[in-house]
Amino acid sequence: MLNSGISVLLEGNNLERLLNGLFVTLYVAFIAAIISIVLGFIIGIIRTSKNKLIQIPFRIYLELFRIIPILVWLFVIYYILPANFGLNLSSEVVALLVFSLWGIAEMSDIVRGAIISLPKHQMESSKALGLSTIQMYGYVLIPQALKRSIPPTINLITRMVKTTALLTMIGVIEVIKVGQQIIEVNNRSYPIVSFWIYGFIFFLYFCICFPLSRFSRKLEKKWAI
Amino acid sequence: MVDVLPYYKTALWLTIKLASIGIVFAIIVGMICSVIQYFKVKVITNIVQIYLEIARNTPLLIQLFFLYYGLPKVGIKFSEELCGIIGLTFLGGSYMAEVFRAGMEAVTKSQIEAGRAIGLSNVQLMRYVIIPQAFSYSVPGFGANCIFLIKETSIFSGIAILELTNTTKNLMGIFYKTNEALFMLVIGYLIILLPLTLFLTWLERRVRHAEFGN
Repeated sequence: MLNSGISVLLEGNNLERLLNGLFVTLYVAFIAAIISIVLGFIIGIIRTSKNKLIQIPFRIYLELFRIIPILVWLFVIYYILPANFGLNLSSEVVALLVFSLWGIAEMSDIVRGAIISLPKHQMESSKALGLSTIQMYGYVLIPQALKRSIPPTINLITRMVKTTALLTMIGVIEVIKVGQQIIEVNNRSYPIVSFWIYGFIFFLYFCICFPLSRFSRKLEKKWAI
Repeated sequence: MVDVLPYYKTALWLTIKLASIGIVFAIIVGMICSVIQYFKVKVITNIVQIYLEIARNTPLLIQLFFLYYGLPKVGIKFSEELCGIIGLTFLGGSYMAEVFRAGMEAVTKSQIEAGRAIGLSNVQLMRYVIIPQAFSYSVPGFGANCIFLIKETSIFSGIAILELTNTTKNLMGIFYKTNEALFMLVIGYLIILLPLTLFLTWLERRVRHAEFGN
């Protein structure tokens, strides 16, 4: 009985379809990660400014993404943009948009935290040496902050990959959706198929996220941050 | 508009109920796991380690799907809400364990040695020296995880629990008032999480007292 279900995985092009779905997932996560790393880095540096007028809006932006669940953001953007602004975005683009906005917010906090956690004398001595602000950031603060922010950035990417599971809820044809399609087709002949398909997707996610989180922990230990 | 408010109220309560039960169990699971890892109990430590890695490295949605759609096929069946709570505990336990483990490791070695020197047993050492301090160290982490877990309840909409997100989706389908419904959804989460965030910031400052040397 158990065996009859697992064979569905290898039937036809089911395995290939699942992996293609996984590719969509990873593609969204990857692009969003790149956008958020680049923009998040810039915003993170801006956020170290002591000007309250700069700090507060970015803080509100960050907290909004921290407090409201990503799924809610996905729904909000997915339903509100087309209805009120006439923008008909495909669900992939919506996903990319939400993930980038979220990633930029989180990334900016990582970079800001890394810069602020540097010992104060770094900033003071570079000022004493007569470096301009740009030189101070370019030669002293950012190179050191870069190292500190790599492990949390990898963690953020892991979280993004995990969160891509939600894309199925706004209709992106990714790995879970494909899994559901396969289950719907085979449910009659093999009732047990959902156990195997969901188990397999479970395993796929684990295979992607586990090495990433291991890697970030290794770096954290190695650099003893 | 006013007619649908009761739906939101029920949904809000359900969200809070499921989240708080899940969080309580998650803290219990997390503490047990971290104590096991702290004492490095043979074999069980490895099992705990495997659990932590699995729970941390897979999305909640797929854990829930597996629990709700997968397991009944091999004869293990839970109700939706129980599934939600189990899923939240499974995920949350691993995060809580991580935080608590860091808290326990932050207790300095000299204190543990001092505790042993005055003849405390392992249990006493845990009860009177390590756990109180570890707890205060890990309050910020616990708070962040509580917020994280409450947010994760939005994923319960995938397994037909009528919490905030799912209720909103249904109401959108019934009344076609997309903007209003989504606005209420955001407000709903703000009602739960905004006071909690402020409370946790306050609490974080308060518990600093328990730390040694402050």
